[in-house]
Amino acid sequence: MEQLGFFTILFSAVFTNNILLTNYLGMCSFLGCSREIKTALGLGTAVSFVTAATSILNWLVYAYILVPFDLVYLRFIVFIVVIAAFVQLVEMIIERVSEPLYNALGIFLPLITVNCAILGVSLFMVIRNYTFWQAFGYGLGAGLGWALAILAMAGIRQRLAQRSRIPRGLEGPGIALIIAGTMALAFMGFNGMVSLN
Amino acid sequence: MSDLLLAVGILCAINTGLALLLMLAEAVIVDTRDRSITINDTQIVTVPGGRPLLAALKDRKIFIPSACGGRGSCGLCKVTVIEGAGPLLATETPWLTAEEQKSGVRLSCQVKVRRDLRIRIPEELFAVKQYQAEVATLSDLTHDIKQVTLKLLDPPEITFTAGQFVQIEVPPYALTDEPIYRAYSVASDPCQPSQIELEIRYVPNGICTTYVHKHLKVGDRVTLNGPYGTFGLRPTGRELIFIAGGSGMAPIRAILLEMARTQNPRPCRYFFGARAKRDLFLVEEMRRIETELPSFRFIPALSAPDPDDRWEGETGLITEVVGRHVTNAAQAEAYLCGSPLMIDACIQVLREKGMPEENIFYDKFA
Repeated sequence: MEQLGFFTILFSAVFTNNILLTNYLGMCSFLGCSREIKTALGLGTAVSFVTAATSILNWLVYAYILVPFDLVYLRFIVFIVVIAAFVQLVEMIIERVSEPLYNALGIFLPLITVNCAILGVSLFMVIRNYTFWQAFGYGLGAGLGWALAILAMAGIRQRLAQRSRIPRGLEGPGIALIIAGTMALAFMGFNGMVSLN
Repeated sequence: MSDLLLAVGILCAINTGLALLLMLAEAVIVDTRDRSITINDTQIVTVPGGRPLLAALKDRKIFIPSACGGRGSCGLCKVTVIEGAGPLLATETPWLTAEEQKSGVRLSCQVKVRRDLRIRIPEELFAVKQYQAEVATLSDLTHDIKQVTLKLLDPPEITFTAGQFVQIEVPPYALTDEPIYRAYSVASDPCQPSQIELEIRYVPNGICTTYVHKHLKVGDRVTLNGPYGTFGLRPTGRELIFIAGGSGMAPIRAILLEMARTQNPRPCRYFFGARAKRDLFLVEEMRRIETELPSFRFIPALSAPDPDDRWEGETGLITEVVGRHVTNAAQAEAYLCGSPLMIDACIQVLREKGMPEENIFYDKFA
């Protein structure tokens, strides 16, 4: 993994190894909050920020606490606790610093705590033995990739709601899953450019 | 062994460190400066900032009804905020009509006190008080419904109207880490101000119902606040139709006890729905009210009677029974209490029988 630089990993995490469309992580909030572009943008921004920050924090905890004490098997529980605490901290800071941003993101932040894509990023990062900068690049890229996917989905769904007549049985999650599958197929076009595995 | 201790130690250290960090951050970051809340342009209270409006008002002994205890899932704690609430949150919109949104109605559990506020609340909420009470009796009405009699200690008396509800506080125990409030209709006659009766149905894993059914004992202290709500008999001369199921009996019973005491002459029928005979309760009391009020009829109906019940009364869903008994409801008014599903179905039947929607009053158990 040493040969991959920050930007290569970032590009790859956004396009070729999109965490949502190739690993299918973070699907519940992806399906639940992708009806409007505005909501999707809010959640996507929040997820990008949290994945980037928690990948760094969890990398530091992993490298400087869990590995030296030979406690890597505790990574699941430790990563979850770090993510939960960080999200609460971010919520407090945003509320104090920018009320409009808090009103826009505030309701999504608790959702992010239980978003499996966030934990997935931290776990992939240790499985693949990333260095600090690689971990940061991957965290940021995975978040941006997730945001790109939910934005694209919201754009499609918004347009579908305005212009298309969807069969009744497929309304809601049904058509959203079909679109997600089609988007995943489209993203397969990036395969082979860079591989993270 | 040492590996295990090390793992536990490191985990505890990480968790403690994060908890300390959050506590420190809360102390430094959260704006807790005092804010003033102007209520109905007459009263000003000062509260620490950063908390939900519902909790801030409760600390100043102003109680806004909230059946879910402030989680934004019941939509009861509405107040009008004239100034200082900020934009409407996505968690509030499902509970507010377009009209309410336009006139500044907000859910007080979701609005945080960040700056000085001007709010408007119904005057009757000022009459809401917190009471300390003692459990005087606890008895089984059915296999899953208990009647709880609470004797008021401080203040010693409550003024309420038949149909209103109170909120009881459940202290922290196995199912909850923090005190929570749940709303229950008062089932007793308002002429007895020193005690109230509640009818509480057991819901598996329900925080409050488990507490009442499995933990509460005679002599225990209970904190409650109230009374709340506008459900109650309207002073018209119309014929009355009451419909209830299960513990929905409570507010209807309070109304009927008052009607019997005051010898209210309005024609009146009470349809009570249950599954089997074991789900019926207070039948003898209802029969007694029938003798005291000649114009009253109690019509219990079983939807799935056991063969052993030897039931000769009405059978079928309560909507079917109402449909069979009521031919023309155009001049009547109805009071419904029970699950949202039952109430919606009953409203449908009553409308088919000609009852105008504005004559139908209900208390939905959310």
